[in-house]
Parts: sequence; structure tokens; C-alpha cells
Amino acid sequence: MSELEAFRSETRAWLEANCPAEMREPVRDEDDIYWGGRNATFKNDAQKAWFDACVEKGYTVPAWPKEYGGAGLNPPQAKILREEMARIGARSPLSSFGIWMLGPALLQFGTEGQKQRFLNEIARGEIRWCQGYSEPGSGSDLVSMQTYGEDKGDHWVINGQKIWTSYADAADWIFCLVRTDKENKYKGITFTLFDMTSDGVTTKPIKLISGSSPFCETFFDDVSVPKSYGEDCPAYVGEINRGWDVAKYLLGHEREMISGAGGGENTTTIGAAMKRRAAKEGGELDPVLRAELAQFDVDALAYAAMGEKFLDEIKVGKAHPAQPNMMKYVGTELNKRRHELMMSAGGSTALEWDSEETSGGKQPRGWLRTKANSIEGGTSEVMLNVISKRILELPGS
Amino acid sequence: MPLYHNDDQAMLADSASQFMAEEGAIPKQLRHWRDRDCKDGFGHGLWKQFGEMGFTGILVDEDDGGLGMGHVEAGIVLTEIGRNLTPSPFLTSGVLAATALKHGGSDLKGRYLPGLISGEHVFAVAIDEGGKHRPERIATKAEKSGNGFKLSGQKDFVVYGASADMLVVAARTSGSDDDADGITLFAVPKDAENMSHNSVRLVDSSMATHTKFDGVELDGDAVIGEVDGGREILNAMLDAGRVGSAAEGCGVAAGAFDMTVDYLKQRKQFGKLIGEFQALQHRASHLYSEVEIAHAVTIKAQQLLDGGSEKASLMVSVAKAKVGKAAGLSVKEGVQMHGGIGMTDEYDIGLYMKRDRALQEFLGDHYYHTSRVAELSGY
Repeated sequence: MSELEAFRSETRAWLEANCPAEMREPVRDEDDIYWGGRNATFKNDAQKAWFDACVEKGYTVPAWPKEYGGAGLNPPQAKILREEMARIGARSPLSSFGIWMLGPALLQFGTEGQKQRFLNEIARGEIRWCQGYSEPGSGSDLVSMQTYGEDKGDHWVINGQKIWTSYADAADWIFCLVRTDKENKYKGITFTLFDMTSDGVTTKPIKLISGSSPFCETFFDDVSVPKSYGEDCPAYVGEINRGWDVAKYLLGHEREMISGAGGGENTTTIGAAMKRRAAKEGGELDPVLRAELAQFDVDALAYAAMGEKFLDEIKVGKAHPAQPNMMKYVGTELNKRRHELMMSAGGSTALEWDSEETSGGKQPRGWLRTKANSIEGGTSEVMLNVISKRILELPGS
Repeated sequence: MPLYHNDDQAMLADSASQFMAEEGAIPKQLRHWRDRDCKDGFGHGLWKQFGEMGFTGILVDEDDGGLGMGHVEAGIVLTEIGRNLTPSPFLTSGVLAATALKHGGSDLKGRYLPGLISGEHVFAVAIDEGGKHRPERIATKAEKSGNGFKLSGQKDFVVYGASADMLVVAARTSGSDDDADGITLFAVPKDAENMSHNSVRLVDSSMATHTKFDGVELDGDAVIGEVDGGREILNAMLDAGRVGSAAEGCGVAAGAFDMTVDYLKQRKQFGKLIGEFQALQHRASHLYSEVEIAHAVTIKAQQLLDGGSEKASLMVSVAKAKVGKAAGLSVKEGVQMHGGIGMTDEYDIGLYMKRDRALQEFLGDHYYHTSRVAELSGY
């Protein structure tokens, strides 16, 4: 047996022994997702047992080095773990912007002291992070952001406002883009880390068209942020005034995440399920709808292959560095189409907003939520601009 | 298996790309034969060079004198064929007939494989009846006659049929026209009596025939595989030919795309390079995405087919459908973005549009394959 085959059978046995049956059910409600943090509570014992087992094994962040709370898996091993978890439908033990966003930034740009402290906290689900990027006047044109940190020697005093901060009202800390040099647009931003309980930080949830409030406005009024949290642990990632490098790196990373590369839900087919749904009511698919479903399924299966190829190429450095923009563009547009078709197949039942039978209007709310897919993390139009400039190298773009 | 070429495949891609760009280039092959009104529609000299390069034997088993490679490798050659619009009987001979002959007895293999591998002989496949690909229905009949069979009916869209030394013909030996079973494949030699070709030039300058069988007498040893057992072989041929034409389509899409992006960087209007206009940038970027995805799903389908996966046939149709849409978009955007000169015969972009149109139709267009994806998925 090769090493990887041995790893697969070990992993399978470990999952069998440690992933409770309840944690192999699809995620139904928001509280089925465990986000960690100072104020987190577990929904049930199974969620806690699964989380604890993963922390112990390093499987909340399997590809991170062991000294930072991970399991130190290499890419083929990490792929096997993903495949084996998918095979039994295992839920993610911990969801967090620390894992998805800050962690990769620290692994790339962080000091040893920052990695020891923050990565371990993230891996153990102790601190829940949120991301402070966009501002009311700075959406697609993010680099124009104005939130200002005035230099007071050993600390900054921060004033300004962020928007679209995901779950800011539930987060413990924020990684936040702060302007520290007003004269220098690109080289005047610092990627800052601070506690959301600091004096002067307030959050206000934003109600979306889906009725839910996953995002907030976040206000900073004379928030004092020290420049250092101790030896080898600065309060900023990378260098002062060079936070845009970190932000750009993370935006690329975020686009990979959002793109659902390698098989998110937007890569599964829907035609057969929609036919069964119609049959339940004694009906059948309209032939034109069937045709559109089939076209969607072709695109979804083809995109899934693209996701697989993209991940394979990333591992060996073959992927174009701007390729995540393409994945993000196509993946989000596809997900919107998927929900449009499911709404049409669902008919008037899919319009019900809060009935018990529809789990509180899960479908229409989900449909509306997908409209943000091609806006957040860089709009489709921005993605197309980036492809034009960096991949096609078209002039003047 | 990662979804990119391994080192051996990358080497093959390098040599195929260089060979096709030099020997298979548009002025040297497509325009050359077209402008001479060549009745074959391709050059036999180039086909022999394919033999010297080893391309012809890619899908032939090593025991039979071939290279024993797979659809990934055949696809590498086909993508370069597509990129250079190189007319050749590779898809009909090296892919479709080679796949059929895998299922033939040693007698048939001995008779036909050496000529295929050397590039001396050309092969065609006669599957379609009528203008649209619908292989589920086969009406051409082969009735028992003495020790052999008597073939009657008509086949259409037989690509390079009049140039072929042997045609693989799918005929019905039992059951009714729409039955899945009761199909037998025959190796029909070019000099068979009572076979007649009505040869026609297609929009892409390739040649195809309407071929009539008026009681063509065939020996029992012309049967490929088992009598009444041809459907399985036919399906294997279709999978191979479809994923092959998807690979060629990827090349057509990429060739047209590259020409178009180059043009956007050269052509000036309103005092600017037209590639500076966001309206064109976004369309080019969207097209880039579609072409990349088409390429990815084609490699996926090739690998599944080479691995004998039960999902292969579904993914082959996904690939054929996706490539059909992407290549169609690529040539249409190509002509539009080239503007007036895109409409001229002198400029190559129009040749891509014509080749794409013929390739779309070959072994099922994207409508056919999209519908097949739905059927295979249970709706």
C-alpha cells in the first residue's frame, strides 16, 4: 500500500470513529455552523464532540503546520481528507474568517510571534475574526478607502467607517485596512489587527433583501490601537503602509474561496432533483425549463472539472496567478443561475417567505442571497477587468 | 490523476504543436487543397507524415503495432489539428476506425491496421442517416445472404467517405429501426460492388459523402465484433469520436481566440487600440473563461474514458456540449471583433467559423449532447 493509500484508510477510520452521525447531516440552519469565538455556544453535544476531536487532531486547519494548530498535511493528504469528509457528508468542524482569510495572510506575511499567537487561537476556535475592508465610498475601488489611523507614537487613533463587515456584531477581533499615510494611495494603508471590544467600536447590522443580516456597518470613533501586542507580535501584518500588498493577496485568496473551486454546491447538477420535485405534485418539467436545466447542468459539470484542474494546477504552480478571478466570475454567475432555475422549478411554493413548510422561506431567501455573490469580494465586472489586464494583457486596462 | 498533462504528454504536445504549426499550417494545407479544388479535401502526404510521427497509432494497442496510448494523447494531436485547421483523416481513421478495429478479430486487424499506422490508408465511418446525428435509430439493413450479408440503405455525412480505403458501417441485422440491439458493424472495402458515393464539399472545405448501399455483398469476415453485438462497439466509437472532436473543438476555439486577442492589440479606431475599450475587454474575458472551462472538461472526459470510468460517457457529452458552445462563441466573437476584414476570405478568422460549424455537427451538436446529459442524469 502506498503512503497515500495508507493515509486514506487511516483517515477513513479516524472519521468513522470521531465524526458523530449528526455531524454528517447537511447543514440546515445557521446554528448548524460553528464559528467559535469568546461568546460561542455549541448547538448540541455532537457539534462539540466533533469540534473537540478536530482541534485535537489539527483538522480544523489540516494544512497548517502543527506548531500553529494544524495537522501539517501536504496537498495530496489534504485533498484526501477533503474527499473522505465529502464521502460521508461530514460538516466543517469550524467556520471562520480567521481560517479562510487572516490565517493565510499571517502564514504568508506574519511574524513568528504573530503566527504562534493568532494562528493557534484561530485553530482552536478561541477568537472569531471579522474583516474590515469596504467603506461606504469605497466598494469596487477599495484602495480609495479613508478610515484613518493617526500616528501617536506607540499607538494609532482610528476614526472612520467600514461597511459589509461580515458578522462584525458577533466577532471578537477585526483585521482592518487603515489609512496611515494620506499622501500615498497604494503605499499608505496598514493591515491592522485589533479587539472589537476596544472603546469607540460600534456595529450596526444591515438588513438585506433576503431579510437576514450577515453584514454590519462598523464605526470607529477615536479607537486607540497599540502598535504592538508584545515581543515579535506587531498589531499589523506585513509592514506599516504596505497593507495593500496583504489585502491584494487576500482578495486573490478570497476569490478562490468564493469561487467554490473543486466542488462547492454550485457545481452539483439540479435537473434530476427538479424533475422529482415536479413529479411530487403530479407534474412534469416544462420542456423549455428542462432544456435550461440541462444547459445549466452541462455548465456546472464543466465548471466542476475546471475547479479540479485549477486546484491541481495551483498545487504545482501551473495556474495563472490571476486565474482565481476567472473562477470567481464564473462560479458566482453560475450559482445565481442555479438559484434562478430552482425558483422557476419551485413555482409559487418557492415564493413563500416565512411558512413552516418552507423552513421559513429558505429558498427565496437563499435565492436573494446569491445576488450578492457577484458583488462581494470583487464584482463580476471587476473580475472581467482583471482578466483583461493580467491574463489577456489587453492595452490600457 | 491531476487534470493537466504529465511530462510525456507535455512532450507529445510540444512536438504535435510544432509539427502542426509547420506542416499543417493553413496556407500549406487547408488553403492549398481548397484552392486546388482537391477531391480528397486533405493531403495524403501529410497523412503519411502523421504515420511517421506516430500519431496514427496512438489509439492502436502495442500488440497490434501501435503506441497503446489513450484519448488524452489523441486529444493532444486533435487540439493542434483544431488550432491550425489542419485537414486530415485523423479523427475518422486514427480515432473512430481505430476504436472499431480494437474490437475486430486478428484477421481484420491484420488487414487494416498496418495501412492505418503507416498513413497509407484512409478510413471513414458511416453512422448518420439523415442530416442530424441520431445513432439511436439505424435503418440501414444487413440481411443474411449465403455465408455473408447483403447491405442496403443510405448513410450521410460520411466524412472523407470517397477517399476511404475502408468504411466502418453501422447496420441493422435484426429488430426495428429504433432498437438498441440488433446492430452489427461491418468493415466495407472501398471496391465493394453496389456501393456508390455522392461526394459533396462542405462549408469548411472538407469532403463528405452520401453513400448508398444497393445490396452490397459482404463476407462474414467483414463483421467487426459479433453479429447483433455492434451497439457496444458503436458506443465506444462514439465516445472516442465525440471526445476527440471536443478536443479538436478546443483547438479551434483557442486558435480563433488567440487571433482575436492579438487583433484587439493591433487594430486602432478612434485613436485607440480597440482592446482598450471595456466593451470588448469584458467580452474577451468572458470568452477566455469559456474556452478555459471547455478545455478543462475535455481533459476530464478524456481521463475518465482512458480510466474506463462509468461516468465517462456522461462527461464526454458534457465536454462535447460545452466545447460546442465555447467554440461557437469564440468564432462568432472572433468574426465580430475583427469587423469588416473578418468577413473577407483573405483573413483566416472566417475559416475558423466554418470549421467550427462542421465540427459542431459531427457526432452530435451541443443540443443533442445537452439533451443527452439530461437523459443520462435521469430527466
